[in-house]
Amino acid sequence: MDRPKICERRDLNLKATELRLGLPGMDEPENQSTSCTARSNKRPSPEVAEDCGSWTNNSRICDADRDGEVQDRTPPAKSQIVGWPPLRSYRKNNLPKKSTDDGGGLYVKVSMDGAPYLRKIDLRVYKSYPQLLVALETLFKVTVAQYSEMDGFNGSDYAPTYVDKDGDWMLLGDVPWKMFVSSCKRLRIMRSSEAKGLSCQ
Amino acid sequence: MGENRAEVPGCGGDSQPPCPDQVLENVLENVLRFLTSRRDRNAVSLVCKSWYLAEALTRSELFIGNCYAVSARRATERFRRVNSVVLKGKPRFADFSLMPLIWGAHFTPWLTAFAAAYPWLEKIHLKRMSITDDDLAQISHSFPHFKELTLVCCDGFGTSGLAILASKCRQLRVLDLIEDEVEDDDVVDWLSCFPDNGTCLESLSFDCVELPINFDALERLVARSPNLKQLRLNQFVSIGQLYRLIVRAPQLTHLGTGSFSPPESWVPGEQEPDYRAAFAACSSLVYLSGFREIVPDYLPAIYPVCGNLTSLNFSYANLNAEELKAVVCHCYKLQTLWVLDTVRDEGLEAVATTCKDLTELRVFPIDAREDSEGFVSEVGLIAIAEGCRKLQSILYFCQRMTNAAVIAMSEKCHDLVVFRLCIMGRHRPDHLTNEPMDEGFGAIVMNCKKLTRLAVSGLLTDRAFGYIGKYGNSVRTLSIAFAGDSDMALKYVLEGCSNLQKLEIRDSPFGDSALRAGLHHYYNMRFLWMSSCKITLEGSREISKALPQLVVEVFRSGLAAVRDEDEFVDTLYMYRSLEGPRNDAPTHVRIL
Repeated sequence: MDRPKICERRDLNLKATELRLGLPGMDEPENQSTSCTARSNKRPSPEVAEDCGSWTNNSRICDADRDGEVQDRTPPAKSQIVGWPPLRSYRKNNLPKKSTDDGGGLYVKVSMDGAPYLRKIDLRVYKSYPQLLVALETLFKVTVAQYSEMDGFNGSDYAPTYVDKDGDWMLLGDVPWKMFVSSCKRLRIMRSSEAKGLSCQ
Repeated sequence: MGENRAEVPGCGGDSQPPCPDQVLENVLENVLRFLTSRRDRNAVSLVCKSWYLAEALTRSELFIGNCYAVSARRATERFRRVNSVVLKGKPRFADFSLMPLIWGAHFTPWLTAFAAAYPWLEKIHLKRMSITDDDLAQISHSFPHFKELTLVCCDGFGTSGLAILASKCRQLRVLDLIEDEVEDDDVVDWLSCFPDNGTCLESLSFDCVELPINFDALERLVARSPNLKQLRLNQFVSIGQLYRLIVRAPQLTHLGTGSFSPPESWVPGEQEPDYRAAFAACSSLVYLSGFREIVPDYLPAIYPVCGNLTSLNFSYANLNAEELKAVVCHCYKLQTLWVLDTVRDEGLEAVATTCKDLTELRVFPIDAREDSEGFVSEVGLIAIAEGCRKLQSILYFCQRMTNAAVIAMSEKCHDLVVFRLCIMGRHRPDHLTNEPMDEGFGAIVMNCKKLTRLAVSGLLTDRAFGYIGKYGNSVRTLSIAFAGDSDMALKYVLEGCSNLQKLEIRDSPFGDSALRAGLHHYYNMRFLWMSSCKITLEGSREISKALPQLVVEVFRSGLAAVRDEDEFVDTLYMYRSLEGPRNDAPTHVRIL
């Protein structure tokens, strides 16, 4: 698309600065589509107001159990609709965990066998089992150790256990940290002798 | 690169002065170089052929809002001197899993054309496109002056492509990866690939790269990047590591803080560095984001910089009202704030008290389900309306809202340009009066004269759309979901909103008759999206026949093809195009 030479351009000059209704990018005026005439002149026929609830025939609904399958069906009240609310999946997948109570920490009660008091700690403050154990030792002024196949309770008097959301007593350390945080309902520091019963399961 | 017109043969050689026409052209081109707005340039190009040519030669940034509206060949033939391209691909509803996984928007054909036409290319900005590692390698080979790559909501590439880019593009200033889906099959230590003797980096954003990084390499990179002003880290950077970076780069203006928590191996009681002092040394910091796994105990570290902050993104931080208040009470210059609804109405009240210059607010839900407990309501919205009079843009997710609150915002925030309210429960009315949300949204379009983008939700009758059609003349982007009673609603919009460019609708009772009402306008729009509405295959075909330069695509969300016997269409996506139907559509996408 080089410029034409000057002398040739003299002849085309008028055309280059011509003002007209066609688009200047084309040599011929563009054949404007007759779309305006295609618009329906008919009065819209009155539509019967649809019951909003029946709308869901075409909506894609997936089961709340998130098995990854999408099936078309009319939803029970609490099913999830695909893509609603409109949050990018990147954001949805990276949201922090909601807490169970006040929107801040995840507080669980901690008791120790033989101690006449209960404490409450915020599980969210800790990032790993070692951190939690240090905190428990500080709180109750005892040595607490996780169970391991090799060392048993490592000579300490106490063993940390917890109740999970199914109501079962578990030894600390059985499951990955994040899973523990989301399922732990209560902590109990047991005497090692009693905890041995748990470890045999 | 410019032609020296005085030496054009046939003009009698150098001794003759340039011809008057030529002078005029030179003047025109020199004046047009100053014109940066693409809308102004589009207007200029329509004046006459000479201006069209001059504009084409002086346009340096090429913006293509829909990669299928025009071909790479046509674009590169018209615009010869481009050094920066912006390309957008998929429509926004693709972000919400409403599109088939395989659809299109491939960068490769564009790249091939750019490599041939613009070897001097410096900047590429893509949104919702697929770009491969091979493309990244190609960029490195084809453009010796390449300086800036920004990828927003893109996919198809991984760390191997990043490694090639880092090592080969010696003049790279900007590498911003924003909310991309980065492949994780093959983890390459790309941060080690930047040139050893120093980089020109000014901005590096990789918060969306969800892979561990080589921290030592990053630390060395920051140390040898003296021009680095913007650094956005991913969640694999602990607060201790963050400390090490910011003490080396106190000149930073924009910081994405990574996890903002100690590493898993950290033991409480261990000596910790003076985070507060490190932040205090960053006297130019105006933007903070990240906080991906925040431990709120560390928040006081940022107090020293709050007074300078203009932008704060806490949208991944589970903070309660008290924690937010403690930060925001110092942020009197804040203009942009993104938070989670965990801060509650009370947190928003604190924002309204201090942040008088706030122009953009986004409140995201921590529990993004229809039936979740919402933590913010009309109370927060009213507080913001009363406190933040300069508000221009709001995105608000909630479970309870009232017309009164929305009306209040329309009356107090005259500068509103973007109003997006998402009442998460479908078809929810005003929770105090039980009325539809018609009056609230009506007030927004009536009172906010600068409004260009609107997203509606809650229980809405045709009346709401009557308001939008009547008063929403400036609206360019409209999002509708689970709303309206009948075709009339869509007709009001299509007949009334003469500046409408992007219309995305889902799960609303609009059929073929309503679709026909927009025939006069579809060529003026970038696209129309309608999914789970009452559009039939026949109705879609009619539109396609009536408007030959409209590409009408129909598909489902999965990979099943649309059959001729289907009566209703799952999804209709249509857009104007100079090229006719694209040749890269997968089989499950039917183009009528």
